[in-house]
Amino acid sequence: MADVAVQHSVAGAYEPSLFGTYSKKIGMWLFLLSDSLTFGALLFAYSYGRISTPNWPTPFGKASIVNATIMTVCLLSSSLTMVLGVLASKKGDHKATVKWLLATMFFGALFVVLHAKEWSGLIAEGLRPFSNPWAKNVPQFGGTFFTLTGMHMLHVTIGVCYLGVVALRKKWIPILLGIWLLGWLLTPATNVFHIGIHVLLLVAAISAVILFLKPKVYDAHDVEIAGLYWHFVDLVWMFIFPLVYLMSTKVV
Amino acid sequence: MHDVALKPGVAVHEESRTPYYFVWVALLILTAIEVVLTYNQVFAPVRMLEVLMGLSVIKSAMIIFYFMHLKFEIARMKWVLMVALVVCLTLMFVFFADAFRILSLGVK
Repeated sequence: MADVAVQHSVAGAYEPSLFGTYSKKIGMWLFLLSDSLTFGALLFAYSYGRISTPNWPTPFGKASIVNATIMTVCLLSSSLTMVLGVLASKKGDHKATVKWLLATMFFGALFVVLHAKEWSGLIAEGLRPFSNPWAKNVPQFGGTFFTLTGMHMLHVTIGVCYLGVVALRKKWIPILLGIWLLGWLLTPATNVFHIGIHVLLLVAAISAVILFLKPKVYDAHDVEIAGLYWHFVDLVWMFIFPLVYLMSTKVV
Repeated sequence: MHDVALKPGVAVHEESRTPYYFVWVALLILTAIEVVLTYNQVFAPVRMLEVLMGLSVIKSAMIIFYFMHLKFEIARMKWVLMVALVVCLTLMFVFFADAFRILSLGVK
């Protein structure tokens, strides 16, 4: 069946892309579509519970809302620095690209730290996956809250590490291991993140495998694809913030 | 710090940063509106949910079309992605009828 041979050196031997762009970008968009359905299902489940339960807990006071608003500003600002990084990479400005990617990672990391602080506070107040101190007959509040926000926090953490691989390549692995060690030593043993921070070890191992298999210089396309993922993480938070936090505001 | 390099053959075109700054400011303003509306309890819970989700859809559209550059993709790409996403997510609305039924039953 080798009647037709394709000469790779001949320009135009391949058909142009159906979607007018490169395959890596189409692949990322398809992944994001599937991921949006995952988050969509979680958000709809939360909304269902919120609407059908009149005495849904409203534990988020002024401090929580201010904290969540700062987290939102962090993510929105990280999206701006990310898009500036993509523009810099398209211009071939290496230093500016790395600088903007590091700024994006800083905002992302700040978001995770603030979120972890918020979680720790709620857990200290007595919030658990199957119970909460505010409405005894609404046990599903903790489960839906932790699942939705935890899934998003995991995505942000993976996003920061993804950008670290693209921006710093092999230099990122020791930095990530340092962050893991520091985080593990600084969080109290009773805190949920004392265990949760071990996810960074897993991410470091996966990053090492990726860098071993693809020890290349990442180009403008790779930066753009990483940007698509990062903006998606920001986009999801635009629904979580009003739905979870603002709709459960404790007004005194 | 020269780890990110431009691939040879990648089309280079100068793109202004200004629209992105405007989008960022608009997103911050919409976020502030959401916080003010909620903190002042302007609407009843279900109406508030509708208003907040409406604002979130506007914010997500700005992120998708500007930050994610979908605005600059070809029409086929835009239609395939957005129609698939909107149809799939809209199908999930079918469950809300049941949520309102439970609410009208007065289950505490």
